[in-house]
Amino acid sequence: MSSLSRDDVAKLAALARIEMTEAELIELSSQFGMILDAVARVQDVNLDGVKPTSHPQPMLNITRPDVVAPSLSPEDALSGAPAQEDQRFRVPQILGEAE
Amino acid sequence: MINKTAAEMADALSKGETTSLALTQAHLDRISAVDSKVKAFLHVDKEGALAQAASVDAKRAKGEKLSPLAGIPLALKDVLAQKGVPTTAGSKILQGWRPPYDSTVAAKLKAAGVVIVGKTNMDEFAMGSSTENSGFGPTFNPWDLTRTPGGSSGGSAAAVSSFQTPLAIGSDTGGSIRQPAALTGIVGVRPTYGAVSRYGLIAYSSSLDQAGPFGRTVLDTALLHEVIAGHDAHDATSINADVPAVVAAAKSGDVKGLKIGVIKQLQGEGYQKGVQTRFDESLKLLASLGAEIVEVDCPNFEYALAAYYLIAPSEASSNLARFDAMRYGLRVGDKDGASAEAVMNITRDAGFGREVKRRIILGTYALSSGYYDAYYGSAQKIRTLIIEDYAKAFAKADVLVSPTAPTTAYKIGEKVDDPMAMYLGDVATIPVNLAGICGMSLPAGLAEEDGLPVGFQIMAPAMQDQRLYQVGAALEAALNSKWGAPILSNAPSLGGAA
Amino acid sequence: MSATYDEVVAKYDPVLGLEVHVELNTNSKMFCSCTTTFGAEPNTQTCPVCLALPGALPVVNEKAIESTIKIGLALNCSIAPFSRFARKNYFYPDMPKNFQISQYDEPICVDGFVDVEIETDEGPKQFRVEIERVHMEEDTGKSLHVGGATGRIHGAEYSLLDYNRAGIPLVEIVTKIVPGTGKYAPEVARAYVAELRDILRGLGVSDVKMEQGSLRCDANVSLKPMGSEVLGTRSETKNVNSLRSVERAVRGEMIRHADLLNEGKKVKQETRHFQEDTGLTRSGRSKEQAEDYRYFPEPDLIPVAPDAAWIEELRKTLPERPSIRRKRLKEEWAVPDKEMAAMINADVLDIVEATVLLGCDPTKARTWWLGEISRIANEKDVAIAELSITPADVAEVVSLIASGELTDKLARQVIEGIIGGEGNAKQVIDKRGIKVVNNDDELIAAIERACAAQPETAEKVRNGHIPAAGALIGAVMKDTKGQADAAKVRELLLGHLGQSGN
Ligand SMILES: [Mg+2]
Ligand SMILES: [Zn+2]
Repeated sequence: MSSLSRDDVAKLAALARIEMTEAELIELSSQFGMILDAVARVQDVNLDGVKPTSHPQPMLNITRPDVVAPSLSPEDALSGAPAQEDQRFRVPQILGEAE
Repeated sequence: MINKTAAEMADALSKGETTSLALTQAHLDRISAVDSKVKAFLHVDKEGALAQAASVDAKRAKGEKLSPLAGIPLALKDVLAQKGVPTTAGSKILQGWRPPYDSTVAAKLKAAGVVIVGKTNMDEFAMGSSTENSGFGPTFNPWDLTRTPGGSSGGSAAAVSSFQTPLAIGSDTGGSIRQPAALTGIVGVRPTYGAVSRYGLIAYSSSLDQAGPFGRTVLDTALLHEVIAGHDAHDATSINADVPAVVAAAKSGDVKGLKIGVIKQLQGEGYQKGVQTRFDESLKLLASLGAEIVEVDCPNFEYALAAYYLIAPSEASSNLARFDAMRYGLRVGDKDGASAEAVMNITRDAGFGREVKRRIILGTYALSSGYYDAYYGSAQKIRTLIIEDYAKAFAKADVLVSPTAPTTAYKIGEKVDDPMAMYLGDVATIPVNLAGICGMSLPAGLAEEDGLPVGFQIMAPAMQDQRLYQVGAALEAALNSKWGAPILSNAPSLGGAA
Repeated sequence: MSATYDEVVAKYDPVLGLEVHVELNTNSKMFCSCTTTFGAEPNTQTCPVCLALPGALPVVNEKAIESTIKIGLALNCSIAPFSRFARKNYFYPDMPKNFQISQYDEPICVDGFVDVEIETDEGPKQFRVEIERVHMEEDTGKSLHVGGATGRIHGAEYSLLDYNRAGIPLVEIVTKIVPGTGKYAPEVARAYVAELRDILRGLGVSDVKMEQGSLRCDANVSLKPMGSEVLGTRSETKNVNSLRSVERAVRGEMIRHADLLNEGKKVKQETRHFQEDTGLTRSGRSKEQAEDYRYFPEPDLIPVAPDAAWIEELRKTLPERPSIRRKRLKEEWAVPDKEMAAMINADVLDIVEATVLLGCDPTKARTWWLGEISRIANEKDVAIAELSITPADVAEVVSLIASGELTDKLARQVIEGIIGGEGNAKQVIDKRGIKVVNNDDELIAAIERACAAQPETAEKVRNGHIPAAGALIGAVMKDTKGQADAAKVRELLLGHLGQSGN
């Protein structure tokens, strides 16, 4: 029986940037054992030497020529912005530093 | 007029017996009459629809050459971006968003003169099999309003089966076109992966998602399939090849000498009795038309569900990261000097529903360091085994068949608290997605025990989509003559003017 | 008390690792068709793809793949027959998808090297910097932090985002660890980045402007006690925006690490930020938990499997390696070290070579480009390449001087005219009426006028005080509007004043 503790779920939620309530964390951790048991069935098969498939169609080298096409107008680009200023997306103060 | 097939409507339009404006208005009236009960639509674009209808009528009046479906109303699953029209993917996190661009599917529909009357309800981000996971409330099955229409394309399926539109577009990541088609008694096709552009289709699971057509007949579905399929340079996974001749196949419908493989693993135990009965009858009908029925063995299908519920949530956890309150959509908690990080966290909690969060967490786990090989990595290997199972099966048969879903439509609320039970409903449809091949569901009759529609699933190899239509058309004709009328003629009228 | 650099290198052995990010100079972005022009108005170069609007999909720029393969070949890498894009998942507002499309375990180029030469106490010495991988990825948008200290993230009240740079093709070049540089670690680091910059410029795949951020270096530094085999903990210094800074950052980190180790403290594995003003690094804000990037193959893109024949085609187009070319030109042109360095610094090697190839004397070509033309470029604050003067113009001017049709002084006027847009050398000469005054009578008349105006000076010269002639020559030059050949004026003047033969 697999399981994930409330704290495990909290760590995953932080990685996924979701602020979960205590109730959500507990509900998820209680369901996770069952779900993990079900998906862990993928390990029941002998997979030695089996190649993974990440894409269903065997295609290679799909590219586009290096040609410029019109961009969106800045009005369209910013049309969905929750907040904007000086033709830029306005976002709350950023705590972490860029990679 | 609204009870006709799309092909018949198109015929009437071309003969001048009606106009697209009249046809569109009739469907808008039907929507007004019944959608308060069915709740198939999240948004009805009355103005846009009437403008498109008028434009098609004007072109027809000038004698311009028009596409076969020009002027025919259609419902678009809300997972596809339509320029200027609210597009939410069924999620509160996108409430109010109007895309500044068209998905390739929407662009192709518009170019063909199809009249998009509105955006249909769906499980949030296509995660679900009952449309109950919509951020905006469930859709109800027109056959029985206490039941789900299936999902995630439940809104589109319900719109077509309740005669609100003759055609609709859905998307199918694990069965989300075929299963609701089965549960509402209509035809739904998931085309080969890469046959229909995913550009503008809000991603759930990129390697599994595929948009496809719904119709009330095999021919209608084929006509729509031809409009939306084809290579697109904006989608690197789009197949650069001619669209299979699906309309011609739907018109021929000859199965003499065709080998039809019954998948041993997708029947029997776990399948509702009435479902199995209608499935077996359909096989007999096909045999009577000259098809050869063989049994095929796909031993790894047993692991398909597990592989799917790792691959899809993993890709989803990454695809849904862009919904972060910075550039579009919902923003919650931006006050008192809250940081960007805090606002993201709060917004994603408030904007995503329970099932979406469940799958994001599952996917985050499956991809995280230390677990990748055991979960995501293994799931991708299972995928290889399933592709090999299909390859062997297709060596013995031209098409493969199974019931589409193990049961008929279930009650709303019946499985919402039991995710595993809900997931099991996709057991017969998921292998198609994992292998990237094509599949159709068409109505095989009503289950004796509950009088609800049963779906018959046909599967064909990649880019052999025409085989689905060939077999589907043959079976449809045989069933119609067996029952004396299309199965959908048994659907309740819902009190609207038909 | 901080250790001196000599003390540090006496006690510790530095180990380097360098990561360089290069923006390619493709016309369009890595995964969409937006233009890449630098400096446009905010959010005018964005589309559904690079803004990560719901539903948008990436498609790879073929030129970016070609450029990356060229880079790999120029760095002696093997080109992978099969490579793949992967998603690197982490949340950051300047990255619209909240994942970066990069390459992970299947990069396109692996296992190369770059040889660099530096001056040591024992003369020039070569170091080999081994390349681990070269891979493709995409750049992020730019954030402007408002409120608090100017433009800094700390204390800002909010930020404004411009996604014009989001999705610009980036190539990341990662070295293996570079041991054995000893006290020359800072110089090796600098020389490596300089060599890389020259190689990339030679390939024409990037603008390689460190100040604009089209070439950025992260320097990893660790120390191990002399004789130890165990690697020390490394720090990773970001934002190193000039060659000089690379050297300073490495040196500074070596001293900082040594100070910590000497005090018995531990070096923290962390990201540091280089500060141009102080030459020191500061600690990046540490994250609550280690990032887990959850890499997986990018499902929206198809694997890249470059054709072997195509790779060979590309290999044939590679230019001469910059270090080899420099050595060759230095010998061919017989240039002293200092002058060679000056040419490299001023970035005129290509243009001088082009001028020489048109038959111009190397020394003259070099003198004009490095002298007068550089001066004008500095004055105008533009790059030499942006001036309208061509190698052909310079070659012509030099040949006109050789044939006596121009004096050096007049040639300067001609060059000024060419740069000013007055046409080629001949046209400028015509338009400005420039001609060398070679007519003896005209010159004698001017000399007589000069001597009449300055009788005392003329008398001095007549009495053998030759240096006094300068003032008279100057007057004659002025009288003839600079169009006379000064040497000729001198000869005639001295003759006129009875001093010929001196
Ligand atoms: Mg990188
Ligand atoms: Zn773009």
